[in-house]
Order: sequence, then structure tokens, then C-alpha cells
Amino acid sequence: MKEKFNKLSQKKAFWPVVIFLVILLFNGVVSGGDFFKLSIVDGHLYGRVIDIFRNGSKLMILAAGMTMVLATGGTDISVGSVMAISGAIACSIVNGNILPGLNGNVVVAIILAILAGITCGFWNGILVAKIKIQPIVATMILLVAGRGIAQLVTQGKIITITSDAYYFINGGYILGLPFPLFIVIFLAGVLILFVGRTSFGLFLESVGCNPKASKFAGIQVDKMLLVIYTISGGFAAVAGLIESAGIKGADCNNAGLNIELDAILAVAIGGTNLMGGRFSIPASLAGALIVQSITTTVLAQGVPAAYIRVLKAVLIIVICLSQSKEFKEMLTSHKAAKKRKAVGE
Amino acid sequence: MANDNQLLKARNISKSFGKAVIALDNVQFDLNRGEIHALLGENGAGKSTLIKVLTGVEERDSGTVFLNGKEIRPKSTQDAQNEGIATVYQEVNLCPNLSVAENIYIGREPRNKFGKIDWKKINADAEELLKRFDLHINVTKNLDNYSVAVQQMIAIARACDIDAKVLILDEPTSSLSTVEVEKLFGIMRRLRKEGMGILFVTHFLDQVYEVTDRITVYRNGGYVGTYQTAELPRVELVAKMIGKDYASLNESVVAGQLGEEKAAGGEELIELCGVSSPGTIQDFNVKVRKGEVLGLSGLLGSGRSETARVLFGVDSVGKGEMKLKKEKVHFKSPLDAIRSGIAFCPENRKTEGIIGDLTIRENIVLALQSKRGMFQKISKKEAERLADEYIEKLEIKTPDAGQLIKNLSGGNQQKVILARWLATDPEFLMLDEPTRGIDIGTKAELQKIVIDLAKQGMAVLFISSEIDEMLRCCKRMIVLRDMRQVGELKGKEISEEAIMNIMAGGEK
Repeated sequence: MKEKFNKLSQKKAFWPVVIFLVILLFNGVVSGGDFFKLSIVDGHLYGRVIDIFRNGSKLMILAAGMTMVLATGGTDISVGSVMAISGAIACSIVNGNILPGLNGNVVVAIILAILAGITCGFWNGILVAKIKIQPIVATMILLVAGRGIAQLVTQGKIITITSDAYYFINGGYILGLPFPLFIVIFLAGVLILFVGRTSFGLFLESVGCNPKASKFAGIQVDKMLLVIYTISGGFAAVAGLIESAGIKGADCNNAGLNIELDAILAVAIGGTNLMGGRFSIPASLAGALIVQSITTTVLAQGVPAAYIRVLKAVLIIVICLSQSKEFKEMLTSHKAAKKRKAVGE
Repeated sequence: MANDNQLLKARNISKSFGKAVIALDNVQFDLNRGEIHALLGENGAGKSTLIKVLTGVEERDSGTVFLNGKEIRPKSTQDAQNEGIATVYQEVNLCPNLSVAENIYIGREPRNKFGKIDWKKINADAEELLKRFDLHINVTKNLDNYSVAVQQMIAIARACDIDAKVLILDEPTSSLSTVEVEKLFGIMRRLRKEGMGILFVTHFLDQVYEVTDRITVYRNGGYVGTYQTAELPRVELVAKMIGKDYASLNESVVAGQLGEEKAAGGEELIELCGVSSPGTIQDFNVKVRKGEVLGLSGLLGSGRSETARVLFGVDSVGKGEMKLKKEKVHFKSPLDAIRSGIAFCPENRKTEGIIGDLTIRENIVLALQSKRGMFQKISKKEAERLADEYIEKLEIKTPDAGQLIKNLSGGNQQKVILARWLATDPEFLMLDEPTRGIDIGTKAELQKIVIDLAKQGMAVLFISSEIDEMLRCCKRMIVLRDMRQVGELKGKEISEEAIMNIMAGGEK
């Protein structure tokens, strides 16, 4: 039993999952059990916990893509803007504003929106891998320009749509569970399988640790970067679809605003070193759930929303401290000093 | 030499990093007014450490430094500058996004009576100063508008303007073209005439003989000697740098060489035909045969690592062609080379070899995995088998294959990198300084492994700064100097004396 626990606790996802469960438990106790209440309406599950999963789905998808970007030692701060582009394209097509010949075909709209995201990611990848621009600067281009592109698509308006098929992306249910959850399971599942069954994961960790030595070992570092940024862009587009389906329209100014920071935070909570190297996608997913559950907790306790930021700040400080070698040394040397004192040396 | 002419006198300087690394062991250095003094030595000789001590980047553990008869102990480069020691590094240490004039006067801007910076004066003075160096450029433009060579000149101009008495030039010529080097030498000679003392570090022996008055040689952190440049033949200089007494060389016997002439046979595996690579090697003709260990000899920067990089597809072939088994090949990346059966342990183990945060097992399978392709994943079982096999075969000292490679000693790390390449089953193995920083026992093991591999039919290219080791391992040796191929030695011809003669630029 103990051995099993030890083995489990060595997994990267272990502590994030535990923290997530603790947050849920805390909510449950404070709310006197209301928090865990699930109700079934029309065969659909409702409840706060379900909300966390549904609302956290965008962040989980972004975090999955972001994990790989951060594992290379890079970053992608354009994901929020790519979400806006994807939402704008999909809604404009469904609405008939652009490409009216498609008659608002939802499937084509979705495909084109995702292709747009992939293109954005590919652009980022080219800038980082081939032109060797620092990732934060390279992706800043789309962070800034992306919302402009989205507004060009929507001609500067907030687009609202009426399409039950499109709403389904966010509000739909399968087997009583919200549809976004299935998107997460599918995308993250494919990614985890890809990373685990091929040697992509090994190559990625190698590149993140030492890109130069990786190149000498025959890894095609540039191609890897290109693929990873492209995936991140594609995933961001899917998150953008969920977002726009949720608000039933495209709001280029607010869709995915600042969400790139939450995504990075989620990955950091999952324990992936932001300087590159070892990574874990499941841990990042748990990290995303933690970020989301904090937001939900604050709202559920009736605390002003402004506190969400304070809480996140505290969380970031804790993560930074836990990753800081100097801080750990300070703690241990302090402890050692105390011990020495106690012994009377 | 008259003592009142002495500018800088450093005695009994020692400096160690941690307990294990002794960078300088009781060395000395003298510099006179109006002198250009070369400080020479191979990697790890202690040149940079001495410069760091003199310029206040590092504090000396013991010893004394006198400048103009007064003892100094600079705590920072600023300190050293105030004392009159200015330094120009290999990489320009200026601010690329400031103007040329700002760079020259940063930290000591002339001000007008209201306390405001007097820009007119700064720009005029900067222009005037640079004119003395034959540089007629727009000083209000940002520094990064100009080539590295010009930036280097500006750095020197700045150094001279700070009333420097001692100017330290740490490999200033490595990024300059011939014309630019000439210009720099002109400036150095003028400064010498003005009474400045110049400490000059370079890897190019031609330059040493062209411009310096005296030479001081360090080796492995120790002081070897100081000599008049004109009185020290090149061969002796090289011998002193490498650590062989010239007189004793004639008697040296080459152990592995005796009686084994036939080893030079074997089929040709890989060939460079008139290959030049932009900015590095010029017109190389190298053939490596199966079952032989070919040595590449030369001082640092002579083109030995560069040759390996071209063969491995890291640097591109500019002119000429490369042939593998008589067929023309063109490697776009290391992966192409690996797929063709080539392996390369690069010189810089830490930055180009190991993946520090991965385990020994992962480090070993990495190259094989890239050779097979991403989708043919090596199973956990196979990886374990491979790792355990090589840990045993190469006697890698570790509790198990799951340890992080960064926790191993240098010698064991090198063995893991070698295992990584042997796992790919290469036909051609290149080793660049495989035994640097490794204890003697492991060194001997590695040398034996190399010789055994060749006996089994592998073609090996061996690069090392240690001539002893080259003699032990190589049956044939190509000697390089200043990015050119200057000689080839076979079998009995190979001796330390012969190698050094060619390395130093004497007759073949």
C-alpha cells in the first residue's frame, strides 16, 4: 500500500490533483455540502463541480498546448488573440457575414476557424524556429495584431449568432456530461498518446534541456519547434470556438483576454519548468483545474471578483518559491542553524 | 631590462575555484612601458583567469600585483579602470543600442555648468578621438550599425581615452578579417610608441611574431616562462605551450607506431575533396579509411573541430565536395550524417554533448532514436538493455541507468556520450577532445576503446590537444594551422618533433 502511494506521489500530476481535490473539499465544507450538489435536469448533470470542468475546458486545452511550448523553453502569449480570431471567423461564417456561399455551414466554419488557428501557430513557429526571434517577442506580434485581425473579420462589430448546432460546442451534453469535456478528453488524450507512444516526448525534453546538444544528437530542433507552436495555435482555435459558443457570438476585444497568463500559470502549477525540460500534460490539466476552481471558489463564496487576482498572485508567489533553489537553501540552512542551536554547538 | 621601465608586476598569483579547480598556481607576469607582451597557452592554461584577476572580475587568493610600483587589488572592472587598466574582450562589451559617442563617454559624460550633459562636446570629442584611430564614422549613430571590427576599435578607443596605462586585449582578432587585423596592429604599435603597455592574448602564432616584443607562456595554471619574441623559435614556443621539452623530443619513441605499418590499409570510407566552409576551413583534402585512426593535429582554432563539424553536417560545405564510399553526399543536418553512419562526440561536452536533466539511459538512446525516427520508439525494455549493456562494456560508474547524467563525473559523462554513438552502430566515429578534463585512468581506457574500435573496422577521426595521446592512438595524422591543412604524417614519420615543426609553420 505504502509502496503504491510512494509510486503514485512521484508522478508529476500527483500534487496538483491533490491540491485540486483539497480546494473542492474546502468549498464543500464551507458551503455545507451545497458545492457538491449535482442535479439532473433533462438528463443533464448540473452543479458547481460540473461548472468547473465546463468552464475550465478552454484553459485545459490551452494548457495542454502551452505545456509543450514551455517545455521547449519558449512561450506562446498569442493564444488569447488566436482564440479571438477563431471565434470571429467561425461566427462570421455561421452568421453569413463572410463566405455567404456556405449558408452558415457550422462544420465548415469550425474547420476554417481551426485552420486559421493552425496558420497562426505555424507563423509563430516560423518566427521562433527559422528566424530565431525570441519566443516572447515572436508571439507578441500576434498577441497585438491578432485582435486587429479578428476585428477586420468582424468589421469591428460584436457578432451574435443563432445556431443551436454551434451552441452545442459549449452547451451541449453527451451521456449527461458537458460536451467541452469530451473535447478536452479527445485533444489531450491524442496529445498524451502521441507524446508517450512516439519518442516525441523524449525529444521534446531533450530540446528543452539542451537544444544544442539535441541537434548534435540528430534531433531536428527546428521542425520540433514548428510542430509545437502549430499545435498550440490549433488548440487555441478550439478554445476560441468553445468561448464563442458560450457567449453565442464573437467579441474580439474580450474573447480570451489575458487567458495566456492563466494558461502559463496552469502549466507552472503542474510543475513543468518554464525554462524547458521535463514536462507533464496531465499535471498541467490539473493545474488548469486549480486555476479555474480558485475563480469558482471566490465567486461561490461571494467574495468580490477582484480578489481572484490577489489569490492568483499569492499562488504564483508560492510556485516561484517552491521552484527557487535559493529559497530552498535558505529554508534548509535556517533549519540546520536551528538544529545546531538545539544541539548546543 | 631596466626596472624603472616596469609598469605592471604580478608575482606569486594563485587562484582556485572551489577546492578542486586550481586555475592559477603561483604564476607571474611582467609588463613594461611601451611593450606588447603576448600571453600564450592552450585551453585551461590560466590566461583568462589572470586577466580576470588583473581587471577585478575575480579576486586573487594570494600574490601581489604592482602597478607603477604601487600595490593594487581591484575589486571590480571599474576599480581596475580607475587604476589605469583597460580591457577589450573577445566579445565587444559595449551597449549596441547606444550611440558610438555615448558608448565612449558612458559613465563619465562631460557636463556643462548647469549640470546637463554636454552632447555637443561628447560628439565632437568622440569624433576627434576616433580620427586618431583612422575611423571616420558618424558617432551619433547606434553602435550596432557598425561591424564587429569597428566596434572592437571603438572599444579600444574608449579604453585608451580612459588614460589607460595598461591595455589588455583578450583575443581581439578572432572575429576580424586580415585587413582589420592589420589596422588593429597599426593602432597597437602607435599605442606602444606612446608608452602604453599592452597585454595581448591570441591563438594565432603568426600574429604573435608579427607584433609582440615578449612572450609569456602558461600551462595548466602554471608559469612556464617569459621570452623575447625574437629569440624564441616557433617550434620551441609550441613545445612550451604543449608541455614538451624540445631537446627531449628527438628521443621520444612512438609506442603504438612500431612495426604496424600495414594498418594504413583498408577501404576509403569518407573523403573531403577541396572543401572550404564559409569563415572556417580552407581547401581541405582529407581521406579516412576503414579501420584506421586518423589524427587531426593543430592548435586551438587551427580548424580541427571545424573539419569535424563540416563532416557532421553542422557547418555547410561552401566549396568542394564530400564523398562517402565514393559517392557524393551532402549533409544538411547532423541527422543526415547520423543516418549515413557517422557519429560525433563534440569538443564541448557540457554544452554540446550531455542533456543534463535527462537520465543516463535517455542520453544513451537519444541518437539511436533520432536515427530510427520519431515513430519507431525504442521500447523501455530495449532502452534498458542497451543502457545496461554499455554501462557494463564501457565500465560507466553509476548506481543505475536511471541517474541524471549531470550527476556523473566528466569521464563517465564522456563514456555515456560515446555509448550514445556506439549504440547507433556507426561506421565513422569522430572524437573531438574526448579526454579533456578526465582523470588519467579513464583517459587510458578511452584511448584503448578507440584503438579497439578501429581494429574492428571502424574509421575514426581523433582530435586532441595532447600530442602524447595522438601518438598513442593515431596511425596517420593531418596537421592543421590557421584553418589550413599544412602537412600529413604517416607511420614512422610521426613524432612529436615533426608534428610541432609543422604546427609551428616550419618545414614539413
